[in-house]
Amino acid sequence: MDINSYISSGILELYVAGQLSEKENKDVYDLMLKHPEILQEVLQIEAALIKLSNSLAPDRPIDYELIKNHLTNTNSKVVTLNKTSKWITYSGWAAAVIVGAGLFWTLNQKQQLETDITTINTEKEFLEIQIEESRDKLAETKNLLNVIRDRNIIKVPLEGQAAFPNAYATVYWDESNDQVYLDLQGLPEPPEGKVYQVWSLILDPLTPTSLGTIDDFLQDDNKIFKLENANKSQAFGITLEPAGGSVSPTLEQLYTLGALAAN
Amino acid sequence: MQLDYLVSQFQKKDEKAFEKLYNMYNQSMHGVIFNIVRDHEIAEEIMQDVFIKAWEKADTYNASKGRFFTWLLNISRNAAIDKTRSKAFKKSGQNLNSDYFVDILHTKDNLNDQTDAIGIKKFVDKLADKCIKIIELLYFKGFTQKEASEELNMPIGTIKTRNRNCIKELRDSVL
Repeated sequence: MDINSYISSGILELYVAGQLSEKENKDVYDLMLKHPEILQEVLQIEAALIKLSNSLAPDRPIDYELIKNHLTNTNSKVVTLNKTSKWITYSGWAAAVIVGAGLFWTLNQKQQLETDITTINTEKEFLEIQIEESRDKLAETKNLLNVIRDRNIIKVPLEGQAAFPNAYATVYWDESNDQVYLDLQGLPEPPEGKVYQVWSLILDPLTPTSLGTIDDFLQDDNKIFKLENANKSQAFGITLEPAGGSVSPTLEQLYTLGALAAN
Repeated sequence: MQLDYLVSQFQKKDEKAFEKLYNMYNQSMHGVIFNIVRDHEIAEEIMQDVFIKAWEKADTYNASKGRFFTWLLNISRNAAIDKTRSKAFKKSGQNLNSDYFVDILHTKDNLNDQTDAIGIKKFVDKLADKCIKIIELLYFKGFTQKEASEELNMPIGTIKTRNRNCIKELRDSVL
């Protein structure tokens, strides 16, 4: 190839200006390596342009230090940076693991405490219910005591009758309030399908009036029951009747009977 | 060759090599950038960006694709031109279309200690208008031959030879 005509074609000037295609650039590069005259020519063109552009620069040069401060990943720094960053990475992970474990432990503690609180709250509620029940019982008992002690209350002991000599009961009659309190502690449990029925009696002629049946005998703890009684009673009797009660007492099943003390 | 060695060291992120390359090219890049933006502060800012970018993109340079100078020239030109297209720059009201590099030489007052600059000033004074425009467009504005031929109303083949002659005159006066 004719080196001189290649040089004088003007392609090398365009090469330095950066105006050639990638392929043309590669061709020039290869030729420069082969032909020192071409390389020399390129260096001359480049030097002339550097001088021209130098002359355009403002008179205030920019110190390299300004640039240097902004450079990252310099060769000398890479090693130290790596060491530091490795150390930071490991300690970072370690810290993360410790914090994570701490969080896990704290969470467990929190759940345990929450369970404890729930248990304690349940116990507290249970105790409160017991206290409430005790209060109710106490009030009930006080009320009964007051009834029994009242001087206006008429106490009528009922004795066991022929068929049931061991049975007994007591009637407390509050005449002013038309109420009777029955202490049935001394009666046996009624058989299935049967209930005790309470009667008010007038003796001459013998006239029984039902005061009602005791339907919750088994469920009641203290076996004290309250019934209405607006009659001019002279005696009280308790018979065992079929569930629901009877119109007139079944005398064969008369458990207890007692008359008011004659004044 | 020393330049090749410096460039290859620079590509291995050798800062010493980079500093030497900076000293070789920073002034000319400053000139290229200033010629485009015509503002001292903006030019300095772009200059720093260009060399930082060059450092970061060091591995993208490939000697078989062009000269190192040309690579830097490209980065500088593009950065400066991008700047002139930014809104903030346009707002500053600069009109650069009619400016040519020779204006800088004429407005410079202290050319005393820059012998090269004096030589260049003499060169541009006797240089044909067409030469100034061709050099401006091809080297400092990054026009392609085709764009330059349209801008200067010149056949594309003429651009190549005219440019060759202009650069030859430049070499004769400054080298």
